[in-house]
Amino acid sequence: MAERYSSFAPGGTAWLLQRITAAFLVVVLAFHFFQLHFVNHAAEVTFAGTEVRMSNLGYFLTMVLFLIAGAFHGINGVYNALVNQGLEGTPKKVVLAVLTIAGVGLVVQGIWVALAMSGMIYQ
Amino acid sequence: MSQSYNRGLIEDFGRWKEFSAGMWAWIFHKFTGWMLIGYLFTHIAVLSTAIGAAQGETVEVFAEDLPNVEGTGLTEVDIYTATLGGLEGLFIVRLLEVGLLAVAVFHILNGLRLLMVDLGIGLEAQDKSFYASLILTGIITVASVPTFMMGVGF
Repeated sequence: MAERYSSFAPGGTAWLLQRITAAFLVVVLAFHFFQLHFVNHAAEVTFAGTEVRMSNLGYFLTMVLFLIAGAFHGINGVYNALVNQGLEGTPKKVVLAVLTIAGVGLVVQGIWVALAMSGMIYQ
Repeated sequence: MSQSYNRGLIEDFGRWKEFSAGMWAWIFHKFTGWMLIGYLFTHIAVLSTAIGAAQGETVEVFAEDLPNVEGTGLTEVDIYTATLGGLEGLFIVRLLEVGLLAVAVFHILNGLRLLMVDLGIGLEAQDKSFYASLILTGIITVASVPTFMMGVGF
């Protein structure tokens, strides 16, 4: 085996989840770009069009999973990058807490937005 | 088969002139990662106008100013359509979207490369696959420019 260069401690749950979300995001992020720039053009997006897309349950669930996977992958990536730079002790705990709150806030806000777009609330 | 060498401290960015391909891949992956998570927060903030739109919040706009609104003159549209149209009508936003695409495509391609590295596949070609990621990112980005810039110069 060659030397490991990864920023992540190997074998842990966070390490595994980072890879699983990565594999999911590769596919869905590519789909998202293709869907909203080539199939539908970003400049032509309207609330009515968004409502039609998001009222499809499969699309809605894919987008919510996309949000959760993206938020976890990004927040965990930032945390590990900072740990890699030498973050430790109390600052490490504070950063983890702040990032967790930001990540949970992002997911909650995003799900609220998704529900509003799908017509499941406010109708 | 087994080999290992001291790469030195990669976190010491002052050594950048000595960096090899794999070290640049590591730095680019972090840089694009930071940008993508930053964008995700911005993206959800902009899309949050859908909450107002779903509750019937509207604004008056000049239809000609927004690429996603039909008709002419002063028109009442929902806050989400007005916000997205207002942003998409700006050249700088479209240019930033091309930048976002480049960042996302590189992160995806280099991410695939990292998954392969993690699985121990093609380790001896890890530098070549980094160059391939860069070249492919360039090609996909350039090929997407006409679609991304439609209506603002193309």
